[in-house]
Amino acid sequence: MNKNIILYAAILIFGIAAPFVFPAFKVQLSILCILIILAITWNVQGGEMGYNTFGNILFYGLGMYLCASVQVGMFFPLAEWTEGGGEKTFVHTPAQFFQGFAVGLAVAAIVPAIVAGLIDYSILGLRGHYFAICTLGLGVAAGEISGGIEIIGAGQGFTTPPFPKVGSLEARGEFFYFCSFAVLIFTFLAVKAIYSTRFKLVLNAIRDNEDKAEAMGIQTMKYKIIGWMISAFFCGLAGGIMGGLVGYIDSTDVAFDGREMGVFMVLMAILGGKGTLWGPVIGATVFHIFKEGFWTFFLGWQYVALGVLIVVIVIYFPEGIMGWLREKYPERFGEVVDEADRKAQVELK
Amino acid sequence: MDFLIFQVPMLTVQAVLDGLLLGILFALIAYGMALQWGVMNIINIAQGDLVILGGYIAYFMYLYGIHPAWGVIVSPIIMYFVGVIIYKLVINKVVDRDLFISILATFGISILFMQLMNFAFGADVVLANSGYGTTMLFDNSVTLPNSKIFSAFISILFAIGLVIYMKKSKLGRAIRATAQNARAAKILGVDTEKVYAATFGINAALCGVAGALISITFTIHPYMGLPYTIRSFMIVIVAGLGNLPGVAMSGMGLGVFEEFADYILGTEFRIGSVFLLLVLILVYRRFKLSKKREYLK
Repeated sequence: MNKNIILYAAILIFGIAAPFVFPAFKVQLSILCILIILAITWNVQGGEMGYNTFGNILFYGLGMYLCASVQVGMFFPLAEWTEGGGEKTFVHTPAQFFQGFAVGLAVAAIVPAIVAGLIDYSILGLRGHYFAICTLGLGVAAGEISGGIEIIGAGQGFTTPPFPKVGSLEARGEFFYFCSFAVLIFTFLAVKAIYSTRFKLVLNAIRDNEDKAEAMGIQTMKYKIIGWMISAFFCGLAGGIMGGLVGYIDSTDVAFDGREMGVFMVLMAILGGKGTLWGPVIGATVFHIFKEGFWTFFLGWQYVALGVLIVVIVIYFPEGIMGWLREKYPERFGEVVDEADRKAQVELK
Repeated sequence: MDFLIFQVPMLTVQAVLDGLLLGILFALIAYGMALQWGVMNIINIAQGDLVILGGYIAYFMYLYGIHPAWGVIVSPIIMYFVGVIIYKLVINKVVDRDLFISILATFGISILFMQLMNFAFGADVVLANSGYGTTMLFDNSVTLPNSKIFSAFISILFAIGLVIYMKKSKLGRAIRATAQNARAAKILGVDTEKVYAATFGINAALCGVAGALISITFTIHPYMGLPYTIRSFMIVIVAGLGNLPGVAMSGMGLGVFEEFADYILGTEFRIGSVFLLLVLILVYRRFKLSKKREYLK
């Protein structure tokens, strides 16, 4: 317990000090926070509940569009803004910007959760690979359809309001970093709190055998819907912040980016270890460092590397880093190890 | 709303004919997917990318002055070996594992192929011009490119050929036996590893044929693969595994649906409507099955 408090304090201090210690990496650190949030939320479905979704990107993109639209629409006509050059004619005052952003984030979190609640009953009745393909289709369909809607910029994209200067202070990077870091802590604590209740056991029961869980009297559908709504809530928040951070929303390349973000979140959770609390965090960090290194030094080959990486991780490393650690140091994970049994297994090998 | 298709009734005929001819191509790709799904229990997300790769083979023959129709012969031969290589490198390690693992692994292959094709062939939309001309029907109100008729004819030819091959040949029987029960087939002396490799190769070859035909009739582009995967998946789940007439029918139905979606909703919503239709079909089947307290799995 004592050790844990020191660990959390160290991470918190590092998180707060990071943008001042590494000022050049502010944007990268913010993206890292967003990636960790996405990996944690994916893990609620894919890891704990056993429903491997490609569709969380839907809530992420929805949150992104909603946050930006609300932020603009609260003060200016949205259609004129997106028609082109709106951000040059209309300028948010700092008060308007922060007010709009706060309301936008609230909407970006709540609406995807409601959408998730509405579509869940139909889609969560599917199982296994039908569920995976259905959610994949949902994500791509959302991207294609939002690319045809005029009011949010259609194919030419949507510029989010530029960050205002407060006096002579330019703190865009710090603002978005602390936003994403705060949401990350909120997400982590919320998921940790959820994982310490009966709810996690129910999700695990659904993963292990849904029919038996139902036979035991658990209303599986209710728990599945709640689980997905929680994911959607945090995915929407992450999307809203990411929209402001990137500054430009495109339907298929930024918002509903199934080829990048949609796969990243699955990959990060698997790399770290599905079904653990810390796995997605570690996986996302390792993945982000690897990705940025590769993207910088081998520009152009990144998707080739991504494809190879997916295949290698999935085939040779499906248990992830946490799974590997667990096999190596089972005592640390609270498993009782019989020494004689272990020796016998080593001899067998 | 003034839809062009309601003002000019002949466009309906046009859409139906286009859709049917397009649908036959979809059915050919879906046949490959049904084959590997049934035999190996694998869903191949890279299916569409194999199609596009096959298309590029025909396109390159066209660039070097060979008539692209020969691609229908050359492309499947090359694609068969590509398929076998993919099987040896990746698929044989995911065959008996969880289905999601195979989906993710083939998703990785799909991304890899997309980007490699983008490097090798460039990001332009290309087509191989067959120079077959067009046929005019009904007082020149319906135009039908001859290449589309050619491609539908070739697809049917290949499909029939494959059905006969699966029925009569030794390998075909081995494939069918493995699909029924892999373990029993192994006990009875079928080399299932070889059968799997051949199945994946045949699937890739079918994709190669379809791709060559698509490059003649329509256009190809490195990133156009995923919609073909989704279409074939959709056709297979509507028709059911091992139901060949069903695959042909639902393929043509999907083709017609797409043409009408194109006319009524607009081209920008065409791909979106395909993906949305997939979701709707799955949800419909889920509710239909849940009445019997069953579920799609």
